[in-house]
Amino acid sequence: MAHILHVDNISVAFDGFKAINSLSFDIDSSELRAIIGPNGAGKTTFMDIVTGKTKPDSGDVRWGDKGVSLLRRTEAQIAQLGIGRKFQKPTIFENQSVYDNLLMALANNRNPFSVLCYKRNQKDTNRIEALAKQINLLDEMSGMAGKLSHGQKQWLEIGMLLAQDPKLLLVDEPAAGMTAPERAVTVTLLKELARTRAVVVVEHDMEFIRQLQCRITVLHEGAVLAEGQIDFVMQDQDVIDVYLGR
Amino acid sequence: MENTLITKYLLKHPSVLIFIGLLAFFTISVVILAEGFGLGLISTSFVKTLGKTLSLCIIAIAMDLVWGFCGILSLGHFAFFALGGYMIGMWLMYARTKLIILDAAQNLALPLTQTEISQAVGTQIFGVVGGAKIPVIWAVADLFWVQLALVILVPGLLALVFGWLAFRSRVNGVYLSILTQAMTLALALYLFQNDSGLRGNNGLSGLQNIPGYDTVPQALISVWFFIASATALGLVYLVAHGVVSSKLGNIIRGIRDNEARVRFLGYNVESYKLFVFVFSAVIAAIAGALYYPQAGIINPAELAPIASIYLAVWVAIGGRGRLYGAVIGAAFVSLLSSYFTSGQAPDIPLGFATLRWTEWWLVLLGLSFVVVTLYAPKGIGGLVDHFNRNKDS
Repeated sequence: MAHILHVDNISVAFDGFKAINSLSFDIDSSELRAIIGPNGAGKTTFMDIVTGKTKPDSGDVRWGDKGVSLLRRTEAQIAQLGIGRKFQKPTIFENQSVYDNLLMALANNRNPFSVLCYKRNQKDTNRIEALAKQINLLDEMSGMAGKLSHGQKQWLEIGMLLAQDPKLLLVDEPAAGMTAPERAVTVTLLKELARTRAVVVVEHDMEFIRQLQCRITVLHEGAVLAEGQIDFVMQDQDVIDVYLGR
Repeated sequence: MENTLITKYLLKHPSVLIFIGLLAFFTISVVILAEGFGLGLISTSFVKTLGKTLSLCIIAIAMDLVWGFCGILSLGHFAFFALGGYMIGMWLMYARTKLIILDAAQNLALPLTQTEISQAVGTQIFGVVGGAKIPVIWAVADLFWVQLALVILVPGLLALVFGWLAFRSRVNGVYLSILTQAMTLALALYLFQNDSGLRGNNGLSGLQNIPGYDTVPQALISVWFFIASATALGLVYLVAHGVVSSKLGNIIRGIRDNEARVRFLGYNVESYKLFVFVFSAVIAAIAGALYYPQAGIINPAELAPIASIYLAVWVAIGGRGRLYGAVIGAAFVSLLSSYFTSGQAPDIPLGFATLRWTEWWLVLLGLSFVVVTLYAPKGIGGLVDHFNRNKDS
């Protein structure tokens, strides 16, 4: 299967602290991957590098079949290539309606002048309504996003990511602050999303990751400690020592 | 077709309809009551004050666009305002001086040559800064339409270059505010120099006289400018409202609330900020071009950093993030300010001391800014929400 993301030997240090240390791995174009690791293992820094927020000191990140480098691109350009990011805390635009939140995320021309001249049309309204139905917010469309419950905000953010129609979805701790039934729904949704695109989930919660039933990459001190299916990884002596044993 | 489009728009946004209606009512009332036109109940100088106030409302809209909607606290908008004033002032001063010289030369046996005219104009305008040569930047000062275009182009270009440099380097928040203060201060210091080509600290004067209309009394000219300012305010309000209620309005509000998130949605935040910054600078320049012919004089002191800070205070008191809030704040505070600082307000004897408003007005203004920021962040405009809520329940 073709790689959509190829992380090649990247390193980055903050004030001498090596957050990422010669990290390499690949993500296939339609796979669900979980990344776990203790605090400071470099999970968030890895996401920052892929989305263009942080530039690595060395190494390369390549995207898609053609293997274009992401390092010289801005956050906006990387997002337009098809990488979506879901933040740990739901980050939606609280002062705007659910409809407007989805409209802003909808894959359309991002140039200021075409955005200025944008007219609402039936095609986009249909897309937004379909999305709102999928995330169970059809009745809240004209209400302010800030009025939604915590769980609904998470859904709205996922809806916004879907509206962007990314080829790779980076999801930061999706289960944080969720009830058990909400988690179950989230697992189903992530699995479904991974059928048509690559999904990378960064998560602490071992039980949640077990439910995902996917390939796992364990990070430790900025490098890959182990990789494989959950049972394989959990029997790895290194993994037990640094992470699971505690 | 055009008409029905605007009618539809107004019906969809009743606040714009109410605003335009109130503005039209106010304008017509003032014109009827003005000295130069109707009943003579409002003096010419007060008509000018009202006209100037309307121009200040226009720049308040510009400030609200950039700060209230996009979150860029620019503290240098009076640089654009004053540049707009300077650009129209150059034509007013040049064309009128030339007319006066041609008038005086009518009795001469030989008509003046082009060189003689330009020498005479140069001596008249620049004698005060010890020169007689017309500086290069006045090359097109005689051409009204060109100078009118420069009202938009010069401040627009300054905003474009400044904004491009600042936003590209991701200068944000208080650092950007300081940078805009530095910009307006630097420009003021430059203009204070005699060899800046704009008459140093003398500035441009006699701007209330419109070339070719010397026989028209000021009482009438003041009404013309009042109507022009009101029309411009109405148009700017409509256009600004169109921008903030478009999808671009959603994006810039998003930038204000969470810039990084907008970036990860794939929008190039810098070009959006630049668009809003330049757009608002152009509006500020138009306001300046309407203000200074009514004020009659412009000098580099107008670009003082404090002027742009007052602008932010007006918008904060009026209520940022809503266009009518900015207009209310600018009108309310600037009118009160001219009332208190002109000595019209009676002093209050307190026994042990006398409270002089000319001195204490600034304290009152500062205090109300603090109170609004702490207890009513929505400003005066927030009262509208309050009434609406009461009506609903």
